[in-house]
Amino acid sequence: MKHLLSMDDLSLGELQQLLSLADEMSEIQKRSQPKVPALRHKTVASLFFEDSTRTRLSFETAAKRLSADTMTFSAASSSVNKGESLRDTVETLSAMGVDAFVVRHKTAGLPLAMTQWTDAHIVNAGDGAHQHPTQALLDAFTLTRALEMGNSLAGVRIAMVGDIRHSRVARSTVRAFVLLGAQVTLVAPASLLPPSLIYSNATHTSHEWPVSISHHLDEVLGEVDVVYLLRMQHERMNAAFISSVGEYALHFGLTPKRMAKLPHNFKLMHPGPMNHGVEIGVDPALVPGSLITQQVTNGVSIRMAVLLSLLGPAATSEMTKEERNV
Amino acid sequence: MSSNKSVLITGGTVVNASGEVLADVMIDQGVVQEVGPNISAKYAAENKGGPQRIDAASCVITSAFVDLHTHLREPGREESETIETGSRAAVLGGYGAVVAMPNTEPAQDSVAVVEFVRMQGERAGLVDVVPSACITVNRAGLQLSPFHSLAQNGVTLYTDDGNGVQDPVIMRRAMEYAKELNITLMQHCEVSRLTEGAVMHEGCCSSHLGLPGWPSIAEVLMLQRDLELVRETGAKMHFLHLSTARSVELVRQAKNEGLPVTAEVTPHHFSLTDEKLTGFNTVFKVNPPLRTMEDVEALRTGMQDGTIDAIATDHAPHAAHLKDQDLLAAPPGMLGLQSALGVALKYSGCSVQRVIDLMSWAPARIAGLTARQGNAVASGNIANLVVFNPAAQWEQSLEQIVSKSHNTPYLGLPLQGQVQYVVRDGKVIVEAGVIAK
Repeated sequence: MKHLLSMDDLSLGELQQLLSLADEMSEIQKRSQPKVPALRHKTVASLFFEDSTRTRLSFETAAKRLSADTMTFSAASSSVNKGESLRDTVETLSAMGVDAFVVRHKTAGLPLAMTQWTDAHIVNAGDGAHQHPTQALLDAFTLTRALEMGNSLAGVRIAMVGDIRHSRVARSTVRAFVLLGAQVTLVAPASLLPPSLIYSNATHTSHEWPVSISHHLDEVLGEVDVVYLLRMQHERMNAAFISSVGEYALHFGLTPKRMAKLPHNFKLMHPGPMNHGVEIGVDPALVPGSLITQQVTNGVSIRMAVLLSLLGPAATSEMTKEERNV
Repeated sequence: MSSNKSVLITGGTVVNASGEVLADVMIDQGVVQEVGPNISAKYAAENKGGPQRIDAASCVITSAFVDLHTHLREPGREESETIETGSRAAVLGGYGAVVAMPNTEPAQDSVAVVEFVRMQGERAGLVDVVPSACITVNRAGLQLSPFHSLAQNGVTLYTDDGNGVQDPVIMRRAMEYAKELNITLMQHCEVSRLTEGAVMHEGCCSSHLGLPGWPSIAEVLMLQRDLELVRETGAKMHFLHLSTARSVELVRQAKNEGLPVTAEVTPHHFSLTDEKLTGFNTVFKVNPPLRTMEDVEALRTGMQDGTIDAIATDHAPHAAHLKDQDLLAAPPGMLGLQSALGVALKYSGCSVQRVIDLMSWAPARIAGLTARQGNAVASGNIANLVVFNPAAQWEQSLEQIVSKSHNTPYLGLPLQGQVQYVVRDGKVIVEAGVIAK
């Protein structure tokens, strides 16, 4: 694996291998000195053209625990000096000696474009509404481990609720869940689903979503093991995607009343940051099956696994721990 | 502009609307003097003071092409194209005339700018550069262009191309002027509220890639509105770069009802689909967007059955630094002049004669250029001709491109039909595929 750009590029085997590697990283994190020399002398640069604290810090923590040098280029796209093109920025940083770029940008496909501009490894940390593969990996890792199902989600019923249309998390995580054998139902008003799922005139078959669809959260609650809530953004109101966040919360938010309809051991997930009172109307700390904090913790382990498999001597699973310097 | 040197084209097939015939063509004083089989025997050899001879064996001889839709970028965007470089691309593509789109900076919404474009075209001296003008001042959709002044100065085509005219009041008034002045409005059909931020066709690909989609309905709704306005006002209307199956259906119906409408399609819309965007290559970002195979097939059928009148390139050069941005920021558009014939013969499913109609005879009529362009190869007509080999298979390479920009979508794709010679006012200006100078 040279880059991590999209979950579409990963086979089931590669996905499972990353999950297993994350177990090892997770062990390292539990040590009193959670740091190994595996990526000493490697440089990882974070290029964040879109605001993000959580993902950026998660990647930087992961890089540091593997002893990589890190540098950060953080700028909202609007404030990037118009005089320097994105391509120039990438080429300039490459010339300083960067082994891997972790990039987030508002435009889908930008990480792929970057592969033309540098020889360094590229890790997609979110590109527009397209992909966020490390989120998908950490979600898969979190859920498989919580359910103690090994590297499988065979038969697990998952409802993903919210703004699928604008969600890179949905596009990546659904793919990971389905690869691992889960049955996914997307729950949203039609306006918040990808257009191809609501208009029958879109007739391609090459980009199918192997999912079920529902417009009524109440109807699916009794038949799922996992509820995955997506962040509902307030500005969606402006382009007529929803009437109001209040109306949305009333019909698609997880309320105490709806929670009562779920199986008692259901799992709750959310990629964060949460809009309390909108998609989530319960205190996740009081939900026994909430994996939300676990998702954040596992984010570091998964990102360590990704950086190590791209940059480290860990390209093959036959290597011993010692050989990998972990 | 006529040349004193006479020219004899031998051994080719003359294709006219009336039919085709194996014949030689004798040109003198800028005018076709004689067309007939084996007339070459009557003339002395070139090295004995006879006419310049062109060997057109296995080639078609016909009227030079006319592009209804060319962005020459001058004035204002000379880093992407100039009237001179665009003219070079045009003539190598077999064109005798191109309609210069008015989205320049400043826009072609005044006699002064229109005359500048015409003059720069004459300076380049390779093709007839025919300026169109805006429907509204600076294409902003708010204030009508000075139609009477522009029409008095010979402008027959008007468009805000790049933008559709959103306001139905403005459009209705423009059509009233169009009717009284006998000019043609060319609409870029796009309800902009439905395409905000869009970078590609709204469909399965956009859903998968998470890219904001440009739905077909945004074209169809404006087309439908304008067809009703044509019905009411009787103004002549030309529809630019139609891209959806439903659009073809609506135009077919409108023509059956006798409405005075014409329509064009671009080579890229009948040869490429939205699947091209899966690599996120900004070269394939274009407005309207590449659509689905179903749309491609409907456009081809429309060309074959006459619903579509013209193939127009929408040649839209953009300098490398503009296309080298992310998909949201990169401007839409792709080159077309040098590849149009090759795409048309390879992908349209039309006969050679039908392709010539789509690329020369019909657009010349739509643009009102028949005094000089799109006429039969027959004695007495001005010699603005193209000679091309309709069977030649080729691939486009960057080295062949003479535009100032290189944003062609056809690198590495098979094309068919290669321009060999172009004759302008009786003078050979493209010789064996290169500009003769």
